[in-house]
This record gives sequence, structure tokens and C-alpha cells, in this order.
Amino acid sequence: MTVTLLERARADASVAAKAMDGTEPRSTTLRINGRDHRLTLDARTTLLDALREHAGLTGTKKGCDHGQCGACTVLVDKRRVLSCLTLAATAEGQDVTTIEGLAKSDGTLHPMQQAFIDHDAFQCGYCTPGQIMSAIACVQEGHAETEAQIREFMSGNLCRCAAYPNIVDAIQQARPQMERA
Amino acid sequence: MRPFSYSRADNIQAAIHAPSISDTQIETASVHASHQYLAGGTTLIDLMKLDVMRPRNVTDINALEHTPSGEISFGPRGLHLGALVRMSAAAEHADVRENYPVIAQSLELAASAQIRNMASLGGNVLQRTRCTYFRDTSYGTCNKREPGSGCAALEGINRSHAVLGTTESCIASYPGDFAQALIALDAEVELAGPKGSRRIHFAELHRPLGNTPHVETVLEPGELILAFMVPSAPWAKRSLYLKIRDRQSYEFALASAAVALDLDGGTIRNTRIALGGVATLPWRAHETEQKLKGRRPDDEAFNEAASTAFAGAKPREHNAFKVQLGKLTLVRALRQAATMEI
Repeated sequence: MTVTLLERARADASVAAKAMDGTEPRSTTLRINGRDHRLTLDARTTLLDALREHAGLTGTKKGCDHGQCGACTVLVDKRRVLSCLTLAATAEGQDVTTIEGLAKSDGTLHPMQQAFIDHDAFQCGYCTPGQIMSAIACVQEGHAETEAQIREFMSGNLCRCAAYPNIVDAIQQARPQMERA
Repeated sequence: MRPFSYSRADNIQAAIHAPSISDTQIETASVHASHQYLAGGTTLIDLMKLDVMRPRNVTDINALEHTPSGEISFGPRGLHLGALVRMSAAAEHADVRENYPVIAQSLELAASAQIRNMASLGGNVLQRTRCTYFRDTSYGTCNKREPGSGCAALEGINRSHAVLGTTESCIASYPGDFAQALIALDAEVELAGPKGSRRIHFAELHRPLGNTPHVETVLEPGELILAFMVPSAPWAKRSLYLKIRDRQSYEFALASAAVALDLDGGTIRNTRIALGGVATLPWRAHETEQKLKGRRPDDEAFNEAASTAFAGAKPREHNAFKVQLGKLTLVRALRQAATMEI
């Protein structure tokens, strides 16, 4: 995280030195988990950094930061995307859903969150928010019909602890529950 | 990432007349072009983070999704694929799956579900090589990134590199899958730019390397891909994409084949073949197609065809295996296409 903060400080400095050439930070409103967040963002800010560093929602994780690991997966207008390769500015006017937006206000977990606990579908937990967001979309897309299909359509989410068999089990538990809901 | 000016274009005219385009001193198709269009961003933002691409102006064209460039249509003359359609939408489209299986498969077997939701079709064909020496700026020599600096891959770790279409200036493999389907099926590309609109063959879009591997396409400054047109053809339904890679999913091709066959009883009336993972640009195997015309669809014909396809291969130290792998991939693809139920 230190790296990100340092980079931002450096970015702020270079922007300040070049006044009003289109690169200065601008006000950006992001609708995250049903709530508007008005943020002042440099054009370079990714959706991932906007969530974590500006909106204070650190549930979404930064793994590779290059679109290779899936840890940063969030839903934008119900489609799963990689927030590390999405500029925050391009998400303006769209509905962003993160791991923080899944549980009900009384604390009841989303069926997919509960299924990950029931099946011990993680060890270190770092990839888990991305896995859960991706798994929810996988079910909603209709790509969780068989084990093979789940494995194929979840291949964009790496788990270095290799909890894959349990992740597949969790998705198979949650799918009928989500379809009933 | 270096600072840039971000703007949005709500329609084609606004995009191609963005003021920053006229300031462009360097070829749009070059990695160093000062202006870039942004759609899914899965290549551009990645390469900007790596400091390989350094645009000063970025025009967000995602709003063109709400124009015909965001639509798919199918009729007697063929298939129209808007350039802002996402890979996942095209892969799942019933008309595409039914009538052009090779297109649906090339998209479905590429990247991950998240990336397919983001990446546009137009951006997909323009994705840049995964050559490590190109992506890592700590290497001083890369003719694609720093024209005239040399090629570190020639004597470096070149396992993933191309064996067809290479020169002494670059052996970087073209990484895409969808482009192989388009070039095989004689697709055309609809372009709009500050100087007007034009339509070109997809096969003309990517430039052979020559001595300028840093200029990858014929796109003029500010020129934008609006759509792909894939003609209807008797071989389109009997088509498939076979992709061989180090892991089963979410990986670039070591070798791939886009094939389409038109069978007349026991003989091959016509065929279309393109090869991926083995060439420096989308690669149509014209000579191989000619060899198969009028032949029976059997292993003898397929093996001869595969030898023809790789006759000009120039393997390097670590990628010699791609010649044999490429041949076997093509043979298996042709075998599968010949026995497809359509």
C-alpha cells in the first residue's frame, strides 16, 4: 500500500506543476453499492485505487495490478470486470458492486459468501473477495451448470493457496440458492 | 503511469475529430502515438502501467456502444460485428455460434470471463504482443518499443515467439485468437477517420513487419475501427478454432488453427485456414488451402497441408517445437472440422 501512496504523492506533484492542461484531477462521482461517492481523482486513477484509496473500501484486493490474477474483480452494471484495468472515470454513471455490498444490512451473508465459509473455500483469503464476486457473476451468467464449466469460467481468478476444489464446491452449493432467491 | 488528458466521445464524429488527434506527430499504429482511443482498456491500461505506452491524450469511446458499433446483426449477406461489442457478447450471440462457430470459439477460448466482458472486438484485434522484451522496459533492445534498438528475443528466451512472418528485426508473436477467425473468413473492416471513411480487407489491417515492427497496422492518425463484416460462405458453418496452450484455460496460444471446410461428398470443395500463436501477425495459409482443394478429407491430405503451412518456418533456439506442434494442431483441427455434424 505504501507504494500506491508514494506513487500518488508523486502524481499529485507532477500535476500541480502543469496547470490546467487536461491532466489535473477532476471531480468524479462513483455509485458504489448503491451509494454515490464524490471523489477528486487524477485521470490515471483506476477503479481499484478509487475504491481502496479514495472511497475507503479495501475489501477489493490488489494482486498483480495487471489483469492477470482476478483479485480485483468487481461488478460494473452487473458484469464482472477487473477494476485494476478500469479507469475510474470510465465507471462514472454505472453501478459498481464490491464485496462490501453483498451482505444484507442485518449482517446476513450472501449465499455465495456463506458457501465459501461452509466449504472452507480459502486459506489466506486474499483472492477471496475477487473469487466471490466472480462466482456470483458466473452463476448469474448461467456458466455454473457443471464442474467443468465452473472451472473454465472461473479461470480468471487465481488462488495461490490452490483452494480450487473447495471453490467449485462452494459455487455448486450457492447456485441453486441464488436461483431460488 | 504518466499523466494524460482524458476525454469522452459520445459519437463517432466527436471521437475522430478530437483536437488532440491533429497534434499527433507519430503514427497512430505505433506504440508511441500520443493519442489513443480507450475501450475496454485491457491492453492499453496494462501497457501504460508498464510505461510501454505513454499517450498524452486518451479518448474514451465506450459510449459508442450505444451506436451501430455496439450491435451485432446477421443476414443473407453475412455478419456485422460492431467494434464496441464486448468479446463475451459476441461469443454468446446465437447467430454467431450457429453460423460462424470459429468466431465464437476464438473469442470464448481467449482471456478470462472478466477480460471478455471488458475487451471490445475492435481493441481485441489491435492487442499487442506478449513478448517479454517488449513488455519490460528494463530491456533496452526492442524494435517494437524503441525503433532501431535491436531485438533481444533473437538470442534470448524465445519459447513463445513466432516461427512464421519473422524478420531479423522482430520475432514477437501476434497473441490474438479472434483475428485468426476473421482473416480465415475473408472479413472486412469498416474504418472512420478525420480524412473520411473506408473499408479494407481484414488481411490488410496488420502490416508485415519489414523494418518497422513498431508500426503494427495501416490505421491512420485518428482512424477508428467501427465494425467487422464477415461474408456468408458455404464453409462458415463447418468451422472451428483449436487452441493449444501451456494450461487449459486463460492462456495465450502456443499454436492454434482457425479452419473452415466446404465438403462435397467425399472431397474438399474449398477451405479456409489461419494459424495463431506461431506468426508475427494474423496468418492466413493460402498455399495450404490450395493444396487441399479437390482432395479427400483424410490424414494424408491433412499432413501434406500441414507441411506446406510450415514450410517457411524459421524456428529459433527455444521455439523449434512450435513447428511440429503447429502442424499437429492444424491436422487435428482439419480432422475435427471434416467430421463435424452441421
